[in-house]
Amino acid sequence: MAPTEKELEAFRGEVKAWFEENRPPEPDFLLPQSFMEVGTDEQFYFLRDWQNKVYEAGYLGMAWPEAYGGRGMDQAWQNVVTREMVRQQVPFMVNTIGLNWAGPLILMMGSEEQKKRYIPNILSAEEIWCQGFSEPDHGSDLGNAQLKAERDGDEFVLNGSKIWTSLGRHAKHMILLARSNPEANSKYEGLSFFLAPMDVPGIDVVPIKKMTGEYGFNQTFFTDARIPASTLIGGEGNGWKVAMATLMFERGASGGQAGGHAQMQRESSHLIDLARRSKRGGKPAIEDPLVRDQLVKFVMRERSVRLNSARSAHKALTQDRPHAISISGKYLITELTREMNEYALSLQGTNGAFYVGDPGAVDKGLWHRAYFNAFSATIGGGTSQIQQNIIGERVLGLPKS
Amino acid sequence: MSEKVTISFSEEQEQLLEVAINFARDKSPIKTVRALIEDDLGYDGDIWQEMVDLGWLGVALPEEYGGIGLSLAEVVTLAEPMGRHLMATPFYAVTLTGQALLAGGTEAQKQEWLPKLASGTLGACAFYEPSGEWNLGAPDAVATRDGDSLRLSGSKCAVVNGAGAEVLIVSLLLEGAPALVLVEKGQIPDGALRREVSIDETRRTYGLSLDGITVPASQLLDPARTHEALKHIGKVGCLLLAADMCGAAQAALDYIVEYLNTRKQFDRLIGSYQALKHPTVDVLCAIESARSHLYYAAGEFDGPQGDMAVRMAKVAAQGALSFAGDRAIQFHGGFGFTYDCDAQLYRRRAIWGQSQFGDSAYHRQRLAAMLFDAS
Ligand SMILES: Cc1cc2nc3c(=O)[nH]c(=O)nc-3n(C[C@H](O)[C@H](O)[C@H](O)COP(=O)(O)OP(=O)(O)OC[C@H]3O[C@@H](n4cnc5c(N)ncnc54)[C@H](O)[C@@H]3O)c2cc1C
Repeated sequence: MAPTEKELEAFRGEVKAWFEENRPPEPDFLLPQSFMEVGTDEQFYFLRDWQNKVYEAGYLGMAWPEAYGGRGMDQAWQNVVTREMVRQQVPFMVNTIGLNWAGPLILMMGSEEQKKRYIPNILSAEEIWCQGFSEPDHGSDLGNAQLKAERDGDEFVLNGSKIWTSLGRHAKHMILLARSNPEANSKYEGLSFFLAPMDVPGIDVVPIKKMTGEYGFNQTFFTDARIPASTLIGGEGNGWKVAMATLMFERGASGGQAGGHAQMQRESSHLIDLARRSKRGGKPAIEDPLVRDQLVKFVMRERSVRLNSARSAHKALTQDRPHAISISGKYLITELTREMNEYALSLQGTNGAFYVGDPGAVDKGLWHRAYFNAFSATIGGGTSQIQQNIIGERVLGLPKS
Repeated sequence: MSEKVTISFSEEQEQLLEVAINFARDKSPIKTVRALIEDDLGYDGDIWQEMVDLGWLGVALPEEYGGIGLSLAEVVTLAEPMGRHLMATPFYAVTLTGQALLAGGTEAQKQEWLPKLASGTLGACAFYEPSGEWNLGAPDAVATRDGDSLRLSGSKCAVVNGAGAEVLIVSLLLEGAPALVLVEKGQIPDGALRREVSIDETRRTYGLSLDGITVPASQLLDPARTHEALKHIGKVGCLLLAADMCGAAQAALDYIVEYLNTRKQFDRLIGSYQALKHPTVDVLCAIESARSHLYYAAGEFDGPQGDMAVRMAKVAAQGALSFAGDRAIQFHGGFGFTYDCDAQLYRRRAIWGQSQFGDSAYHRQRLAAMLFDAS
């Protein structure tokens, strides 16, 4: 039964108090802004313990089935919690891949055994998940993935490499797209999807330095790594369909996520605050007409994203193209975030020259990092250009490029 | 951004939207639009009468004045489909006139005119002037007291559907302060109305010379409410235009998509080229955003965020239609340059919309003050 507004309001008060009381103290190292930036062990353990604490308090997976560690409640309760987490800007939930796409995927098409085995530890952050989709030679063209998975009795033998593996060093499992049948009729039919363990012999995870100068993602090498066939999901040869379903979760186009926020979203309010603190011609930049004009544009774009989802609640108002809003969300939000962070650097005037570590860096270099890291979302999960193809083809019915 | 926002959408809105979608599609196919462009009156009187009979002119007027007693949120659901089909009727002019009277008229004026407007009598608004100024509160036209009469002077322009109107609401300065005056058709001398060459050929607009017009002082709208009335008029104008432009932008997008899915060059459908596909996706996204702003503004019109929401809705719709129309021209190639190509209809409509009640930069300037300067 859906809760009433009044019940939710009361609950919100409770949640607000809990987070105020329990939010972890600011550590003496820089925290990442999303799971794609976790570079050091201290960052990782800090965030893992925090997710665990939130889960133990009952604030994660509230709408997931009780049988698998959730609470079986209406999604509305979880939404209250998630919004409050964003509002208070508490650290994000680090097991992002598990909570937001591997988990919903397993709940949707996993076996009973798989659900029991994996879901509770996703929520508690005891087992971290990573994603093995991209390869050095095949990124956007995901259907062309070539990492070999050869069946050998009850096992599959993996050979090849995956790249840009976020959280790879900390992950216990990987959602893995691999080629189980190189002779299949089409590139798509030869793929299978695995819930692969990362702790078997033959898997090597090598960190890659990001443009920010920090570490964050990895290349994962597989050399005769053997994984049980029971880790297949969706059936042998159906990997492409499973991968597509995963991407719908990843891009936020399908619901069913465990809840909790996945990143420290920079918002227009932060930018406005920065404009108040920055100077233009001896006056606060917020008084400069051009700055004001640009800020209003950002505020409006940010609002449209929220208003789009509010409009989605009314079928009559989305009848022409019912999927337009859900499918375009990722593209709109990630590009907006990138542009806002970019603009922040220009607001800083000469101080835009200083990076993390310099005493002159505005907000400790947060904006520079945020701008660079914003590309993780305009590239990862399907680039903006690929999103435009998808929107054009699926929503507008345009021919394939 | 962590607060939850909702868009309220009433059952009445939903019902009216469905009816209006079908009505506009049936009554205003593109060949009718084209034919009416050539027509002097510019709209089909029978269709107008049908709209009147459906009660659409009274939707947002109170029952005590012969209206239906709903709100402008319901009017938006009518205006959007009409915009989508470039439907030419005096709906916009009459709605605006009714709202002007409702907000600024004396009780006697409302009693007399609102029931008439609700049942199809034509009304028009004469706010704009040759100065090109958007600020409704700073007209150059003047009214001078002459006993119990007011002598008007100056000139007005862009008076939508001015020629057929039985009643006009005119803004001017009276004793140095902005005022609104009601002028009846019979009080306008022959030749005072001049049909303008409107950028949007689906509209009939007129210039109006006020020189020589004298009206009884009782035709002055309530002076105590002038300020409030002007604010309301500006807000309603923006909302109606936002709805109109959101509708038209969707039609422009459909028009682009249709061509991208049929025209071939280099043996390929041109829609397969990303140089066309990606901007078209951006047009779609602009429209989706604009519609969200629009329906939020519709529901929030009288609420605390109403003023802000309506301005944003106008800016968003303006942007979407200008962009859609502009790309529609380009993506039709040489045909796009022709009068026969419908792209120009959309682009012209956007230019007209931009000329009324403030363009996007104008509203962003005011939005900035609301967003950044409020204490
Ligand atoms: C920070 C970060 C974290 C990531 N984490 C993970 C992870 O955990 N797991 C994982 O599997 N992957 C991850 N990725 C990889 C990501 O999904 C890929 O980088 C992405 O899909 C693009 O693939 P690519 O790098 O091979 O680029 P390419 O596909 O080679 O693209 C190069 C350029 O060409 C454009 N392009 C390609 N094809 C088309 C087309 N058909 N039409 C138009 N333009 C096109 C792209 O938009 C891009 O601009 C991550 C990436 C980043 C940046």
